[in-house]
Amino acid sequence: MLEVRNLRKEYGEFVAVDEVTFALPEQGALAIVGESGSGKTTTARMIAGLEAPSGGSVVVAGEERPAGRLRARERRVRARQIQMVFQDPYASLDRRQRVGDALAEAVGFHQRLPADGVRARVAELLDMVGLDDRQARALPKALSGGQRQRVAIARALAAEPRLLILDEAIAALDVSIQAQILTLLRRIRTETGTALLFITHDLGAVRHISDEVLVMQHGRVVEHGPVATVLGAPQHPYTQRLVASIPKPGWTPRRRAERAAA
Amino acid sequence: MTTMPAALSTRPRAKRRTGRIDPLTLVAGGVVALFVLLALLGPLLAPHDPNAVDPLNVNAGPSGAHWLGTDDTGRDLLSRLIAGARATLAAPAAVIAVSTALGTLLALTAAWFGGWLDRFVSGALDVVFGFPGLILAVLVAAVFGAGLTAPIVALSIAYLPLITRVVRSAAIKERHLPYVAALQLLGAPTARIWLRHLLPNLLPLVLVQATIGFGYALLDVAAISFLGLGSQPPDPEWGLMVANGAPSILAGQPQQSLYAGIAILVVVVAFNLLGTGLSRRLLGESA
Amino acid sequence: MTEPQNASPLLHIDGLRIDLPLDGAPRTVVHRADVTIPEGRAVALVGESGSGKSLTARCVMGLLPGSARIHGDVRFAGESVPGMNAERLRAFRAAEVAMVFQDPRAHINPARSIGDFLIEGLTTARRVPSGEAVKKVTGILREVGIPDADRRMRQRPHELSGGLLQRVMIAAALAVEPRLLLADEPTTALDVTTQEEVMAIIGEAREARGLALLFITHDLELAAAVSDRVVVMYAGSTVEELPAARLRAHAAHPYTRALLASRPSVFDEAAELRSIPGRPLSGFEAPEGCAFSDRCTHVQDVCRSERPQPSPHGDAFAACHFPYVLASEETADHA
Repeated sequence: MLEVRNLRKEYGEFVAVDEVTFALPEQGALAIVGESGSGKTTTARMIAGLEAPSGGSVVVAGEERPAGRLRARERRVRARQIQMVFQDPYASLDRRQRVGDALAEAVGFHQRLPADGVRARVAELLDMVGLDDRQARALPKALSGGQRQRVAIARALAAEPRLLILDEAIAALDVSIQAQILTLLRRIRTETGTALLFITHDLGAVRHISDEVLVMQHGRVVEHGPVATVLGAPQHPYTQRLVASIPKPGWTPRRRAERAAA
Repeated sequence: MTTMPAALSTRPRAKRRTGRIDPLTLVAGGVVALFVLLALLGPLLAPHDPNAVDPLNVNAGPSGAHWLGTDDTGRDLLSRLIAGARATLAAPAAVIAVSTALGTLLALTAAWFGGWLDRFVSGALDVVFGFPGLILAVLVAAVFGAGLTAPIVALSIAYLPLITRVVRSAAIKERHLPYVAALQLLGAPTARIWLRHLLPNLLPLVLVQATIGFGYALLDVAAISFLGLGSQPPDPEWGLMVANGAPSILAGQPQQSLYAGIAILVVVVAFNLLGTGLSRRLLGESA
Repeated sequence: MTEPQNASPLLHIDGLRIDLPLDGAPRTVVHRADVTIPEGRAVALVGESGSGKSLTARCVMGLLPGSARIHGDVRFAGESVPGMNAERLRAFRAAEVAMVFQDPRAHINPARSIGDFLIEGLTTARRVPSGEAVKKVTGILREVGIPDADRRMRQRPHELSGGLLQRVMIAAALAVEPRLLLADEPTTALDVTTQEEVMAIIGEAREARGLALLFITHDLELAAAVSDRVVVMYAGSTVEELPAARLRAHAAHPYTRALLASRPSVFDEAAELRSIPGRPLSGFEAPEGCAFSDRCTHVQDVCRSERPQPSPHGDAFAACHFPYVLASEETADHA
């Protein structure tokens, strides 16, 4: 359903994303991993249409997405294709808007419903992410980080997107909450058939939630394949290094950069 | 990862925010409210006709009939001060209303579109900011003749940077918060994002800037009238009163200039204190 | 484990309780922290937000605000840290302990050069002549993997990456020649490959200097990999303390076990991800009984009414009414 061809982003002389190409099937789950500055978030933002690519194309459901200004109707069509959840759960919500109102607003963009229809749909969305009426009446600041991220996911689901992009969506959460959100995302994928695109540096989460993984370094894709293969038997030196630096039983931290340089 | 020290610093501040307002801000707010009331109802409250001359009773000291005494033509000073509140406050109110509305719109536009538009707005503001507002207003008044309309227009432009610069940088920050991106991705119309999300979130800052700006604008307008280029006699505008009273100072009768000057000072300080207090209260947490 | 049993510990945090004013009223943010670090050993303090791990570390440095009320004791080489006066505390920080923080940028003056930052502590607090200080700092920078020390010392903080700046922080800490290094989430903001570098540098410095380490982190795997013993905190209380090598197999507290199970593993394909319901509580929100009782799958009535005290099992401690203790472990400990 998503095809990315030779995607490229330049900021002046600096090439942030360099010829990134991949495809994501309907209901699939792909992770883009890499360290800070690898270009993974820029790639995601270009796919979502938040940033204009310097080159290449993003094809969704067989149609290329041209950059530029859109009419209201096109915007809504696009909204039903791709939604995104961001890293900072608090900044992802309007701090003045009660959770229920934020969801009702999102529903309103996509469905013409009478007031009680909107209420029912909001209740359904809240239920889908494990929140209830009490949280619906709250302002974002009264919620915990995990609850805020659930609201952001519910709001994205209001558009019934075919692809949900998660940009470091669990990175700012406590460990025990990360697992809850990962479990929730897995359930959403099974129940709604929404394809998932994870942008993350957390290889553990990748293993748990996606089918395929794409490793980026300095704006380029250095390795791409099924998760078990890439993480189990990494081929590219960078992927090997990435996997080797994850703490595990019996692991001792080593200075690798210097050794490589020496 | 949020750790406890963050809670340490934010909790007490959150308490202050929701708790009592500090007394100084409260007093400043009271003074501002009082003068706004005077501006609205002034002529009804004045004990005498502010323009009624009394040649037999010039430069009189305080008495039961004239609490603050009379001026050089025997007009009741208290009545003139009360009646003059409207003329004195209306002009800066117009200046701030125009510059705030226009400045906020400019700031949002620059922040939203960014790029060359933002650079153009910032550059233009720098030019305006570099030009002293009072001199601009005096020049305009000199060219178009005395009266308040021309100085109000000139000051409105001169005050644009005061509002726009601060609101612009806040708007840029706000515009790049992920909730705005989320709304865009949901297909929200831009006008809706502006009116329902960005503007209400920036409103406290706009209010604070407008309040602080009001004090300065009042001072500038009073100065223009003092120079004889704004309000014209026999208007009981305070700046004009300061000027009218000046010859009497030499005669040992400073009351007209003194009381009008004190009135200006009190209002300007009150607006400034209110602005600072509001800033602490409204922006303390989010800024 | 080959720990000398009778050596007096370098750091002994004993029943530490911290009250802080929140919303105007004093609230208990740390209920009970117990940590012991023998000379030269590494202990990891693990917990989620609100667990009190950072406050505990700050208390060791004497960095709590003046409004804090401290009960229990923190003893460094037998001396009470909360009992130190301001002058003694300065000397203590200038020579015996040093701390590395999560965000180095917030702890280095952005307007001054790296060299000034590194040398200042030596010349002012320890009265080292400046020429000698430069020589010493250059050596330490080389040790932490910054070979071009001359150039770096002329640079300002914004010119350095997060990983490099964290090395500078470590160098500053080592320049103190402390006996104990406190590291508060020093790698949380860094990439995994940089994290490995930084942890390797801390490990080498410890080995070379016989330095003890209190390592604060939310990452159990990392904690186990770089320390001798692991202390787990939840909602302001130490809930478990055990040898790092036995963490995975022998954790006795349900929270420790749940936390282990909630981390998706990169290497264990079969491992099922089990999330803990609810959210981590802060110390001041802890209920009367066991703070973890709301989220525990093995909760019983007594857990809600009575706060469990730390009780020993083998050479470990757990504060739980119903700890997991494996029969085989009992025999293993006696063998």
